[in-house]
Amino acid sequence: MVTINVNGTDRTVDVESDTPLLWVLRDVIGLTGTKYGCGMALCGACTVHLDGKPVRSCTTPVGSIGAAKVTTIEGLSPDRSHPVQKAWIELDVPQCGYCQSGQIMSASALLAEKPQPTDADIDAAMSGNLCRCGTYQRIRAAIHRAAQLQGARS
Amino acid sequence: MSAAMLSAVTRRDVLKAGAAGAGLVLTIGLAGCSKPGGGASGERKLITTNAWLRIGTDNSITFLCARSEMGQGVYTALTMLIAEELGVDPTRIEVEFAPVGAAYVNALVGGQLTGGSTSVRDAWQKLRIAGAQAREMLKTAAAKQWDTAASACRVENGEIISPYGKRLRYGAVAEAAAALPVPTDVKLKGPDDFQWIGKALTRLDTPAKVDGSATFGIDVKLPGMLYAALAQPPMLGGKVETVDDSAAKSLPGVRRIVTTGSGVAVVADTWWQARKARDALKIEWDGAASAGLNDGSILRGLRKASQGAGIVARKEGDADSALRSAARVVRAEYELPLLAHATLEPQVCTADVRADGCDLYVPTQSQGAAQAAAAAAAGLEPGQVAVHTTFLGGGFGRRIDVDFIPAAVEASKAVGKPVKLLWTREDDTTHDNYRPPAYDTVAGGFDRDGKLIAWKLHLTGPSITARVFPGAVPAGAVDPFAVEAAANYPYDVPNVLVDWVPHEVGLNVGYWRSVSHALNCFVAESFMDELALAAGQEPAAFRRALLGKQQRYLEVLEVALRRSDYDNPAAPGRFRGVAVMEGYGTYMAQVAEISLVDGKVKVERIVCALDCGQTVNPGIVTAQVESSILFGLSAALWGEINVQAGRVQQTNFHDYRIVRMNEVPKIETYQVGSDNPPGGIGEPATALVAPAICNAIFAATKRRLRSLPIARHKLA
Repeated sequence: MVTINVNGTDRTVDVESDTPLLWVLRDVIGLTGTKYGCGMALCGACTVHLDGKPVRSCTTPVGSIGAAKVTTIEGLSPDRSHPVQKAWIELDVPQCGYCQSGQIMSASALLAEKPQPTDADIDAAMSGNLCRCGTYQRIRAAIHRAAQLQGARS
Repeated sequence: MSAAMLSAVTRRDVLKAGAAGAGLVLTIGLAGCSKPGGGASGERKLITTNAWLRIGTDNSITFLCARSEMGQGVYTALTMLIAEELGVDPTRIEVEFAPVGAAYVNALVGGQLTGGSTSVRDAWQKLRIAGAQAREMLKTAAAKQWDTAASACRVENGEIISPYGKRLRYGAVAEAAAALPVPTDVKLKGPDDFQWIGKALTRLDTPAKVDGSATFGIDVKLPGMLYAALAQPPMLGGKVETVDDSAAKSLPGVRRIVTTGSGVAVVADTWWQARKARDALKIEWDGAASAGLNDGSILRGLRKASQGAGIVARKEGDADSALRSAARVVRAEYELPLLAHATLEPQVCTADVRADGCDLYVPTQSQGAAQAAAAAAAGLEPGQVAVHTTFLGGGFGRRIDVDFIPAAVEASKAVGKPVKLLWTREDDTTHDNYRPPAYDTVAGGFDRDGKLIAWKLHLTGPSITARVFPGAVPAGAVDPFAVEAAANYPYDVPNVLVDWVPHEVGLNVGYWRSVSHALNCFVAESFMDELALAAGQEPAAFRRALLGKQQRYLEVLEVALRRSDYDNPAAPGRFRGVAVMEGYGTYMAQVAEISLVDGKVKVERIVCALDCGQTVNPGIVTAQVESSILFGLSAALWGEINVQAGRVQQTNFHDYRIVRMNEVPKIETYQVGSDNPPGGIGEPATALVAPAICNAIFAATKRRLRSLPIARHKLA
């Protein structure tokens, strides 16, 4: 038995402690917004926040999390109102959409740390997230737009 | 759409196997509303006015989308087509994926299939007519209530309006309308009257793709469902000899170990448990079939086959004699590698096999083939298999194949429960149906005046179509998907010969975004620069002079040149290359601008001009061009699948590289408007990237790259 805090709720799950967080979220807790792409922290589709920092859940053993708070795409906002989600909708970023939960989690962590990221900041923070559809140009524009939206809100 | 909702709607499928005509009235619950967050509880009546539309007594309107949404935008674009004539704002329409049905066959490919950049081309008339028919039936039903003429009524966003200003919502007359005969002579709007077509509406699937709620194949969850991982042969075409599952079966969560036709499936309570137990299996494989297969043997086989005669795909004049009599001949050989699709969602399928039928929840581009494959694996008739299409986490042609379906069906049948079988990334990279390799020879001949008088392209490679659709390519016939961007060679040359030697290479080849355009455009457009060099002409000017009769090519070329400032020198250290092509009815030109950093190519900018005829949604068109260009860029720079002793060498994204955020050039897309019928846009831009870049590399280094990927070549 392992207890983790996911999106503000403590969840006790009956899994081996070496089970990657990704599969606990998806198959045990039922939060399928976080995706599997590579299993080796190469593609970023599984990105979630651990105490606000982006981590690859596919290589994070659930037993290593302890009291850290897990936030998934489902917990980012209740109603797609996070500035990153609003910017993604405004600029129509997703194509197939499979990588986008991970992209949005990486982008939201970036904006929390750097409210006005430069293109170099975006390269550094986002280059671990693959998009096979190649939506990068719109992702970059949407991060800049989200920075504006976030600035206006605060 | 949650998985539970998906399940609820699909189990009471209303349009099973076959197109419903007008007049069918059904009552079903509302649980299956496909729009995230949409819908209320309770009963409503849903009326099918044709195979694509259900109108509810609550005024809901549902469009059954018969093409798979894999990022290319059909969920939105096809909804816009039917909405335009139905007279309803597309954002008001709920979209569900259609079941298997005769009405849903793609006339351009002869099956219920999403591929070949055909979705809008196939639907352009069909869905607008369907929308118009439904609209006229609704108007007629309302006019009867008002005792007036239907022709005197008009529609406005889901309402019929009488000549005296009375209004009825569609839901109020849908049942009466469905009982009317289907009009056969509906008039469609012209471009000047379009309300939504041609506008950059935001995609209807975006909201569900920014909050994690969109249901992909991997996200399906059914009551009592188990999870499976599959041990597949590590060598191509391998077979299971013996299985020792003693260690695997005692691991936590393992329910059953099933030897299937495509490998050994471990069924467990979670996928991670299944995967761990899979890795604990001890399997002896028979790898004899591919033991001698490697990159060298594949290329040698292609070269040898190339010495044989080809099947003629295009012949004008007599290229062979013109080459013999030419004052000057330029010859070259080109070679292209195997490529993987690398959809970010690995192959996955959920099957629920029961004695009386099977439900299949699958991200597929090919519903009919999926149904047939599942039926064969389950021992059922095709009509007993209901196919429920999810969102696809990328397609690119990979999901036209249905090789990942039978094992899920076999596992579900063995355990008597729904099973979701998911491949690992490594499974996916090493068990793809790869983009075919190619070995091509090409020649051009000039007369004494320097005029290009002959062009001959001799292609050698395997037929994808013959493998995927056995019997579809008769012996001695050309696979049309092998000679794209070759048979339509646009330049004004009196003697042209394109022929093709089919040669199987010992592994499964598949349709890969833009199919043979990506092979042949590399050869044809790289060689155009070789010919320009031989003629002592600037490459763009050389093309322009030979495109005299090709207005659509010329226009996109001119726009791409102008927008890239081609006629002025590039900045110091920057070099440009150009390529043009027509593919799937779309005309395109690209200018790539590169620099060299430590002997490595850095692509700085790609300008693309295109004419795809009538545009349904220009925002999606631009997105598809950007997407295709980056797909082509990954392949051009690094894309290569290697085979050694029957084993694919690449496994994951560390050795099969995909362009990342910091490697993206500036991409500019310019749409040249035209009233021609729609062309395809999901694929063609892929194919121009490699030749445009390699032409720029020549400008930079005077080195002509005649094979890909670029990373193979040392440029410093």
